[in-house]
Amino acid sequence: MYVSLRNAPKSATPAASPASAAGVVPTAEDHEAARSGKAGRRVPGVVLALGLTSLFTDISSEAVTAILPLYVTAVLGLGPAAYGFVDGIYQGASSLVRVLGGWWSDRSGRPKLVAFLGYGVSALSRFLLLPVTGVAALTGVVALDRLGKGLRTGPRDAMIAGASTPERLGRNFGVHRALDTAGAVAGPLLAFGVLSAVPAGLAGYRAVFVLSIAAAVAGLAVLLLAVPNRARGRAEAQVLAAADAAADGAAEPVAAVPPERWRWRNLADRRLRSLLLAASLLGLLTVGDGFLYLVLADAGGIGLTYFPLLMVGTNAAYFALAVPIGRLADRIGRARVLVGGHVVLVAAYVVAATTGAHIAGVVAVLALLGCFYAATDGVVSALASQAVPASSRATGIASVQTAVGLSRFVSSVGFGLLWQLTSRSTALLAVGLALALAVPVAARLLRGLRTPVPQDAS
Amino acid sequence: MTRGRLAVLGLVIAACVALTVVYVLQVRQAGEVRAATAPPVATVPMAGVLAAPHVVFRNTTLGTDYGKLAAVPLSDTTGPRALGSISCERVYATRSAGVCVTSSGGMAPTYAVDALDADLTKTSSAALAGLPSRARMSVDGRLVSTTTFISGHSYASSSFSTATVIRVEGKALSNLESWTTLLPDGQRLVAADRNFWGVTFAPDDDTFYATAASGGTTWLVRGSIKERTMRALRTDAECPSLSPDGRHVAYKKRLGNPTPGVWRLATLDLTTGAETLLAETRNVDDQMEWLDDSTVLYGMPRAGTEATTSDVWRVPADGSGTPTVLVPNASSPAVVTASATVPAATQTPLSSTTTPKE
Repeated sequence: MYVSLRNAPKSATPAASPASAAGVVPTAEDHEAARSGKAGRRVPGVVLALGLTSLFTDISSEAVTAILPLYVTAVLGLGPAAYGFVDGIYQGASSLVRVLGGWWSDRSGRPKLVAFLGYGVSALSRFLLLPVTGVAALTGVVALDRLGKGLRTGPRDAMIAGASTPERLGRNFGVHRALDTAGAVAGPLLAFGVLSAVPAGLAGYRAVFVLSIAAAVAGLAVLLLAVPNRARGRAEAQVLAAADAAADGAAEPVAAVPPERWRWRNLADRRLRSLLLAASLLGLLTVGDGFLYLVLADAGGIGLTYFPLLMVGTNAAYFALAVPIGRLADRIGRARVLVGGHVVLVAAYVVAATTGAHIAGVVAVLALLGCFYAATDGVVSALASQAVPASSRATGIASVQTAVGLSRFVSSVGFGLLWQLTSRSTALLAVGLALALAVPVAARLLRGLRTPVPQDAS
Repeated sequence: MTRGRLAVLGLVIAACVALTVVYVLQVRQAGEVRAATAPPVATVPMAGVLAAPHVVFRNTTLGTDYGKLAAVPLSDTTGPRALGSISCERVYATRSAGVCVTSSGGMAPTYAVDALDADLTKTSSAALAGLPSRARMSVDGRLVSTTTFISGHSYASSSFSTATVIRVEGKALSNLESWTTLLPDGQRLVAADRNFWGVTFAPDDDTFYATAASGGTTWLVRGSIKERTMRALRTDAECPSLSPDGRHVAYKKRLGNPTPGVWRLATLDLTTGAETLLAETRNVDDQMEWLDDSTVLYGMPRAGTEATTSDVWRVPADGSGTPTVLVPNASSPAVVTASATVPAATQTPLSSTTTPKE
């Protein structure tokens, strides 16, 4: 496995826009240049390692998520109200912690430590599942897991961005998300495999919890052992940054020279603001998957009982498309792909509202939805990492991810209401129309992101 | 990454995989050994039990018969039990018919409601959407109500959605959410998040009681099937159960602020409106069943690692006494006091239509 010992490409050039960046490699350090030139094509080991960490962690969390409704209602004998509460915690808890995790990571300059704590807290919550049988305790355990998830997202994505040459950013995020999604597909399959192998009752569920613990520990081990610590101290980084800048000469050397330091000012950058605004606008018109599946079920294309399979279908498409679309984003521009992803989403709405009654329509919706995720989830992190200096990267990424999460939350509540007031197809087409109108606005907002923020050395 | 680190990582992952596999195999074998060596549940023939007053329930004795439909005579509720051939998540029965809500696990779990005849054998089956939660029948077996719980309905909020369907002689009526519900102030409940669950029928085959919920509030409602209308009687009373004489309703009283999952059992005198808290002080999440006009039954999971096993408890309906176990290793009780002498003429196959939430 090739593992980059360095966190960042150390490019002090204004890193170039995705479209024109090809071949712009800092010349100050021959070794580095040679390696990034040659290895840029390869997926950095850090990205693979973080991808594997996510794969194991997703196996751990999705295995439990898949069986939790049954465990709570059928095994613990609790009513739907209790389950709904636990589920709600699952959905909402991590948003606010995310920004905090990003800020902490940037501030301390130790993304791996913060990410490790995040993964560690989630792993700890898996251990606590074993002795816990009451609603209150179970809710606490679930909240703990989400807390850990919130904490780790920012630093993890910042590490991915740090390990990537700018022209491979989209591809590398794609690789990470593909591995992550593979875990999300494998988790439920393994969980139900274990349940069917073990006799009924509590023992089977405990076996799934043990599987979940083992997967979480494996994920932690990959993070701890295969992801390098910050390979370079601050002082050295500054010297190199200065050297890079000096060698590069022409393009905005000033921006790179100041030592990396976390500043609120970094977040006030126009580009980050535009991205936050665009992401929130698009998020507000993004209907949750759950609703889309319900539209399909109501249209008669597929039974309600196949809900879990719909999620697997979407994830499979996401898995297949994450890397190719990431590459595409590197070639034609990430902002363009992000916007294009939402055009695909409009198509998904239209297909669901019009041909959801046919199985072909159902498959098309799942494929389009997977395509939408491939074109947005990793890409938005790649964009965010370009919109802020490296020293504020984790905070920037976490802020944008939180904006997306919160706006989608608002959207789901709003769509639920719209659904009740009109018919489901009408509601979906209305949101689709609004999204189609919002796309050009977002595209305009995102125009500024063609030129990334100068990346100081990290 | 150094060779040494890679080796350590490989070892850790191999250990994790090995641990899981060994654990699963060990649990599997332990289960097989227990099933082979455990004294079999003492059983008696079903026909004999059904001939006298009895309790129908879901067997929760760990082992191969876990989840099976079962029955014991009221004269000896802790003695040998009769086991049916089908497994149920919830079960209910009257002297002429029964209903069994089933689930099959797996990636795409499927749920169904099975109609049972007087011998508790399956006669027909209809698909059901969502996790089974409650099942009830009218005394004559004509009306069947099921509540299932569909998480997909509420994607984003800390709430849940139920689908409660009443079937009349097997034919599903529309979801209760599409019926008219009048709140105590005379307003109609039209909130998008309204939910209904836990139906109990009166002997007239028209009146029923149920729980309505919207936002953080839950109401006890009295409804009319003919008029497709429900009226709220009081708040914070969930999962009602009407006494055989029709004079009391037993329910879970929600305590204090909307802290989900904290209830206290209570009964309501329908003529005086007086509410009585029962002697059971533990948190019970079940729809009660009346043993007679003065005693209620409910299922209660055991504590800690025995949580998969539950017992059916009894407690006086007037707040006196202390709870005692009526049927060990049981849940979802249904009391059948008259013998199965009524011919199963009211049996009709369940229609295959279900009505999920609009």
